[in-house]
Amino acid sequence: MNYSDTSIAATTPFLSLENVRKTYPGVVALDGFSMEVRPGEVIGLVGENGAGKSTLMKILGGVTTPDTGTITVDGTAHNSLSVEGSLGSGIAFVHQELNLFENLDVAANIFFGREPLRAGPLKLVDRTKLREMVAPLLKRVGANFSADTQVAALSLAQQQMVEIAKALSIKARLVILDEPTSSLPIAETDKLLDVIKALKADGISVIFISHRLHEVERVADRVVVLRDGMLAGTLGKRDIGHDQMVKLMIGRMLKEREKASEAARAPGATALAAKAIRTPTYPSRPVDLDVRRGEILGLAGLVGSGRTELARVFFGIDGSLGGTIELDGKTLVLGSAADAVAQGIFLVPEDRKLTGILLDLSIAQNISLPNLPAHARRSLVSASAETATAEKQKKDLGIKAPSVQTRTGTLSGGNQQKVVLGKWLAMNPKVMILDEPTRGIDIGAKAEIYGLMRALADAGVAVLMISSDMEEVIGVSDRIAVMHEGQISGILDKDRFSQENVLLLAVGKQPK
Amino acid sequence: MSKKDLGLLILILVVGAIVAIINPRFLLPINLANTSNLIGLFGILSIGQAFVIITGGIELSVGSVVALLGTLFIDFIAVRELDWPLAFVLIIALGAIIGLVHGWLITRLKLQPFVVTLCGLLIYRGVARFYTADGTAGFAFGQNFPELEFLTAGRSYGVPNSFIALIVIAIVMWVVLHRSVFGRYLYAIGKNEEAAKYSGIRTGRIVMAAYVICGVLTALSAIYFAMYTRSISPASHGQFYELYAIAAAVLGGFSLRGGEGSLIGVILGTVLLQELQNLVNLLGIPSSLNFAVMGGVILIGVLVDQQWGVFRARRLMIDAARKNVAGAPAE
Repeated sequence: MNYSDTSIAATTPFLSLENVRKTYPGVVALDGFSMEVRPGEVIGLVGENGAGKSTLMKILGGVTTPDTGTITVDGTAHNSLSVEGSLGSGIAFVHQELNLFENLDVAANIFFGREPLRAGPLKLVDRTKLREMVAPLLKRVGANFSADTQVAALSLAQQQMVEIAKALSIKARLVILDEPTSSLPIAETDKLLDVIKALKADGISVIFISHRLHEVERVADRVVVLRDGMLAGTLGKRDIGHDQMVKLMIGRMLKEREKASEAARAPGATALAAKAIRTPTYPSRPVDLDVRRGEILGLAGLVGSGRTELARVFFGIDGSLGGTIELDGKTLVLGSAADAVAQGIFLVPEDRKLTGILLDLSIAQNISLPNLPAHARRSLVSASAETATAEKQKKDLGIKAPSVQTRTGTLSGGNQQKVVLGKWLAMNPKVMILDEPTRGIDIGAKAEIYGLMRALADAGVAVLMISSDMEEVIGVSDRIAVMHEGQISGILDKDRFSQENVLLLAVGKQPK
Repeated sequence: MSKKDLGLLILILVVGAIVAIINPRFLLPINLANTSNLIGLFGILSIGQAFVIITGGIELSVGSVVALLGTLFIDFIAVRELDWPLAFVLIIALGAIIGLVHGWLITRLKLQPFVVTLCGLLIYRGVARFYTADGTAGFAFGQNFPELEFLTAGRSYGVPNSFIALIVIAIVMWVVLHRSVFGRYLYAIGKNEEAAKYSGIRTGRIVMAAYVICGVLTALSAIYFAMYTRSISPASHGQFYELYAIAAAVLGGFSLRGGEGSLIGVILGTVLLQELQNLVNLLGIPSSLNFAVMGGVILIGVLVDQQWGVFRARRLMIDAARKNVAGAPAE
């Protein structure tokens, strides 16, 4: 293996896995997988969904027992780890979904269940001592908030810092970060990456799991790529690059991105126009925005900049506090999502499982739901009409499922997202709003969704794509509008696309 | 019929057989007729409740509404001497209005169903008692309404007409709940109201409609109850009926979280409850234990159902694992 940092290479690994194999009924989740992690080393772990990352995490966390193989932690070999064993040897996890009590303060969260107690029969929490214990931990993660802040008041990145501080409080020697940046905006991501560097400087190892390859590129000393449960390859510091990682992940080069970034298209007529719209979140900041037919307008900005709120107004979920929305020059009154749907304005929401689909309903039932009267005779639902519509979408979109009667809850994220798309494509979209359409979706399905958006635009639909993924915004959009604190801070045409310009606008500065 | 419903039906038959063996009077036509009359009355009530529960709501004011509307109905025809069809329509309309107000408070003003209908429970009971000055509403001696009495308390070929009414309503409501666009919306809202809203469903209207249906069916059963008892003391008439209705729905497989349950289930739940009441009487169990028996059976029923679910999930997993081992090539 090629280590650029020879000092790391010289040390003995803190953790090493040898020939680990784990099978589940019907699948080999991990097959002869080996890797090692040295003290102070940052490992980027990448792979498509289903490549075996979760299984690997479960084995390291002691939740699952591997069928065969050896796990050596700090020089001691084990056949498997237990939850206590994993924790006891200094392996800590920061999960994608944070496990914090939002109603408690930072200190209480970090030492939850391990609070220092005052003497006496009442076992009161010793607040002074608690604060003393928490202070150095917060300092190490570079926190800019105090120990008695309520967690609910913190940003996502700050909450992640609390999680990391929690990991440090149990004297972790290896911190595993599972998709920590997937819900973070750009500026916050930088803070998190700085924390990772600080951990590394303290000799703590980090496994950084992410779909955002450019972040992996920035912090990883080594990248381990998983594919179909096997080690697809390891990249040393000098070889880490976007294309190499993708190539290893999917076994081929990705062409979709280049396809998407063809020459600028001729803009169509304005389809959806917001005129001085005021969202409930930023009532004093009117928004003007045009989405044209046949274009993909990327809507970038930091989380909390008001993008989702704007989409909710366009879709009739929230009422606007002022201004007008026009569709093809006609002013709309949107009192509910039903009104927007009737006008052909559709939304693929950010939170697929909560608002995008009904997990308990079948694919066919989900797809027909917004247009159920068209699938009914005399108000009675026609199962055959429903199935026919769903079959067409299943075929067109390549939804992978045994049948259209399959419960959507059993599908993978990418296929669920296709069901959300399918229910709108089965109708006649004029304006399609997609809020973080590829979050948590693997690279293959991502490319398909980009392809679909482009096909929609080519068919004359106005597409508005909200995304926090910089590569996606730049690679897919025809124009980029950037929001900052509730207002459009600027619109970039294709020739001015750059990460720097988007970032500058996102923080409210002028682009170059 | 789902497996759950089938299980419930078998339970009803087994309990019936045991009671019949211990006390053959269970099968006497007069006993069966009486029991099926009660099934009819409570069944109509429970179907209404089921429509609310499917949306994830609850309607606690049912018993008080039965008292208030029953009192008003008797007052209308016995004291104010309105034509009974007119009184009938008025009562049904009042039921619809009560449902509409509840639905409006819940969907527009975003109050919790429990709170709204709990207040309804107290308000309607109070109004009913005030209306009769805590007296008893009843018919004067010799007052007769032959057609009305036949439709509500009469029998056709030995079958109580209230039971026949339940069957007709059940068939209609089955179609509405399990086959109509509206029924699909109800399930979707019960499963996940947000996602339903994001699919362009006017969830507020649908939920409101569910409360209106509940109000109408409650009003209808209030008339049936009034004609069955023929005299109403508003302080106690219909007390705990909301709990009978909720119990029937829960026994019938409804989840109080919404989105789950079938019409056949709630009917079978009602049948089982009435069978248990009958069992208490026929087996000489002190009638003071009535509620305790019902509570015990519901608890056991829910427990068995839940454990059965766990057992089946486990068996499915084991089966899948076996198939996998058998199907895999030798390694």
